Amino acid sequence: MFDSTFLSTKFNRRDLCKVAVGSTLSFMLPGFDLKAAQKRGPERQKSVIVLWMGGGPSQLETWDPHPGTAIGGPGNAIKTVVPGLQISDMYPLLAEQLDGMSVIRSMVSKEGDHERGTKYLKTGYRPEPTTVYPALGAIITHETPNQSLEIPQHISMGNTQFPARGGYLGGHLDAFRVQDPGKNIGNMRAGVESPRQNRRLENLNIVSQAFQKGRTIQTKKTLHQSTIDRALTMMSSEQLNAFEIEKEPESVRKAYGDSSFGRGCLVARRLVEQGVHSIEVNLSGWDSHANNFTGHQTQAKMLDPAFSSLLKDLKSRDLLDSTIVLCIGEFGRTPKINPLEGRDHWPTGFSCIVGGGGLKGNVIIGETDPTGKEKKPTEPVQIQDLYATILQNLNIDYKKELISPIGRPLALSDGTPIEKLI
Amino acid sequence: MKPRSHNWKIACLPFCVVGLVVSLVAWASSSPVAISPKAPALPEDNSIISTVEQVDQVFENQWSEQGITPTETTDDYLLLRRLSLALHGTIPSLEELREFEAMQGADRIQRWTLKLLEDRRFADYFSERFTRAYVGVEQGQFIIFRRDRFKAWLSEQIQANTPYDELVRTLISGEGLWTGDPETNFITSAVADGNLDRNKLTGSTVRAFLGQRIDCAQCHDHPFDHWKQSDFEGLTAFYGQVEIQVLGVRQNEELKYEVEDRETLEKRTVSPQVPFLNECLPEKGTLREKLAAWVTHRQNRRFERAAANRFWGLIFGVPYFNPVDDLPAPTDLTESDPDVLDILGQDFRENGYDIKRMVQTIVASKPFRLSSTSQTDDSEQIERATDAWALFPLVRLRPEQIIGSMLQASSLKTIDQNSNLFMRGRRFFSEIDFVREYGDLGSDELNDFPGTIPQALLRMNGEFARDNGSASMLNSVGRVSQLDISDEKRVETCFLVCLTRLPTSLERDHFLKQYQTASNPKQREKITEDLFWALYNSPEFSWNH
Repeated sequence: MFDSTFLSTKFNRRDLCKVAVGSTLSFMLPGFDLKAAQKRGPERQKSVIVLWMGGGPSQLETWDPHPGTAIGGPGNAIKTVVPGLQISDMYPLLAEQLDGMSVIRSMVSKEGDHERGTKYLKTGYRPEPTTVYPALGAIITHETPNQSLEIPQHISMGNTQFPARGGYLGGHLDAFRVQDPGKNIGNMRAGVESPRQNRRLENLNIVSQAFQKGRTIQTKKTLHQSTIDRALTMMSSEQLNAFEIEKEPESVRKAYGDSSFGRGCLVARRLVEQGVHSIEVNLSGWDSHANNFTGHQTQAKMLDPAFSSLLKDLKSRDLLDSTIVLCIGEFGRTPKINPLEGRDHWPTGFSCIVGGGGLKGNVIIGETDPTGKEKKPTEPVQIQDLYATILQNLNIDYKKELISPIGRPLALSDGTPIEKLI
Repeated sequence: MKPRSHNWKIACLPFCVVGLVVSLVAWASSSPVAISPKAPALPEDNSIISTVEQVDQVFENQWSEQGITPTETTDDYLLLRRLSLALHGTIPSLEELREFEAMQGADRIQRWTLKLLEDRRFADYFSERFTRAYVGVEQGQFIIFRRDRFKAWLSEQIQANTPYDELVRTLISGEGLWTGDPETNFITSAVADGNLDRNKLTGSTVRAFLGQRIDCAQCHDHPFDHWKQSDFEGLTAFYGQVEIQVLGVRQNEELKYEVEDRETLEKRTVSPQVPFLNECLPEKGTLREKLAAWVTHRQNRRFERAAANRFWGLIFGVPYFNPVDDLPAPTDLTESDPDVLDILGQDFRENGYDIKRMVQTIVASKPFRLSSTSQTDDSEQIERATDAWALFPLVRLRPEQIIGSMLQASSLKTIDQNSNLFMRGRRFFSEIDFVREYGDLGSDELNDFPGTIPQALLRMNGEFARDNGSASMLNSVGRVSQLDISDEKRVETCFLVCLTRLPTSLERDHFLKQYQTASNPKQREKITEDLFWALYNSPEFSWNH
């Protein structure tokens, strides 16, 4: 319907695939010379890693602590390497690594429901029934395709109820989901040994040809064959190594932490090195209606080592300049502490950390009211403005309009870039 | 040694629990048992035929005007596959194929359609499709929204052939608790973050029942349609008195519907008003009853046309007008000829909004019976023919149809409400797992998207594909390998079971050659497994054609 030609023309390398399939001949395919890490200068393609905090973390127990106040609860704050920036003391490792990153403490949204909030925060558009908006990662993949990749260009790791979708850009831009990063990427191994697999593919070819008879044009349009070819290419691609963290030294794996999220962050770094542009790593479990404080401690024990190691690693490999890292959830949590020692949903005045990829670092934007009486933070930042900033930084024209399936022109983002970050 | 006697009881406990869970799930996943209906005789009054003729005539005229030659009529096997996929969400079983073959008479497809409509699988499958259109796919807030109950209720209505207008009226005006009166989940599905979103109700009411998208008008006058923001507000005001309380959904006559003016931020009261056909609004009843009566009024042609378009979409996989819920305004029939939706709509209205009759009419029409193959390789001609319904479109199956078909193909017997508990439980779980992993198409399911790599990987290498494609005593792969039949028959059976057709001579030869190399039963099994694998992964399996 739209962009189907994009797939069929660029990936029409069926014959080549046939040679590569079932053998280790995939080195014949181009691509390995384009690893991001080996490229320097402005030609280096940028990537985005979104650390998705599913459930909505409390701003007060993360990047916007108000120690010693009624709303702050029992939490304390610590200094970071960024002058003037204090964060919750549950993040000592991260405090050391934040140089070059910025904090927005005044994100505002109108969606206080998990599902709607997630959709809004992942796409930059408030959800509506007649249009499924593409997630940030899908837009990036669509606008800056990496032709040399044999693995998906849009990847989501860790368990999440609402993974990043391709929306009206198409299901092929849905994030490729890896449920258990660093362990098993699922369905990647053929069920039978190579000679039998070849017989199966030969069988498939015979049956497909029979179906194609009299339907050549129609079947081509289904992209069925090219999808299978691409899946087979992927199955035999050396690039799959990016998913395997056994090759990393044990000290590195340890530093990220032995959690799904920690492994996901390590894989994310490896994917960036491989040239993947849109990566999402999920850490759910932030919905702290009860026991907010102990809950956040548990989460911090996973987030702190992983996030800090990721930043440290990206810096030491000279990748942070070309990689935007954004840590955000669907909303924040109420300044009021409820009788269950919990905090409820709070879409006005929540925090995120963003930086890298050439964005201005060490900037602190907005603040929330320490008394909790004032709902609105100072310098409120709209979700779409954050996405316009990121897209512009990736040299993607965020004002560019695409035509939705119902013929409605829609801009990639209807926000305005945040001056302070560019 | 006293504890010993307890030991075995304790040891049995887990089994009991597992047994209980399995039975509960199987029970929950099934419909009340009814013996699979025999194909009934056609009724004496076969007035459907004249409607079908009218529909066909519209197409014939269109084709001759545009100089398009329709493709040939397809064979009965393929029709059977289309019917099963459209009405049951699965392919026909070998058992069903044999039963059909035994039927005589030129009207056997019509009689077979009736049989499929009577089968509980039709109600179950269509209720899921309707549920998507009415309340979407989200599970929502469990405490006040029960999608499962809603779906089960719809299934009951479809099985009982409740008139469609009555069904819609109940949805819009229903009262009570979402568990005991499941139709009220239509209202509670619009609850987000603890508040009832009346705008959402208006949007979905108009989209689902009138085939119009007026959602944009919620915030501003519609950019390229005639809908005004005041139309939206006026319609929403009909939902102004609905309230969700401990006792469920109810009317509160005290409530006034207010909106906040976007510019002045002042509140103003909005009174209920309809954008057209004001004369169809009854005097009596609660606000929602009035709205329901107006939506389903016999003069409101949008209602019947929207229904016809949705049914067409469910049966063909592509709606007559795309998108399914954004129809052009009905034309003045004194000035222009009725289109297909007008004819179907009129028949629907004049025959008591009979859902099953509408389905029968559409599947009896000429376009449903045309082949999807064409003589030409000219893409422009093919596109023109497809647009004019002179060529059956290739349509990607929904995830439920794919898993339903894989399950059915793995069994020679029909999987339905009469299957054993194990089979039904397996179907229930496999479907949930597979659809989740395959990626749900959401309520947007009538839009055509190409398949994705993860889906291809799942079909080729997934756990389900592996289990289903490995020969066992119980599945068709194992059974076909072991049957004492000729290899030729074996190949034929595999094709019938998976693709509802016989192999071409090229295919037959290719697979026969493989069987000839098999020197023992084990090898024969492997060859059958590989043959099934190819059939499962072929485009023909996951596309309707």
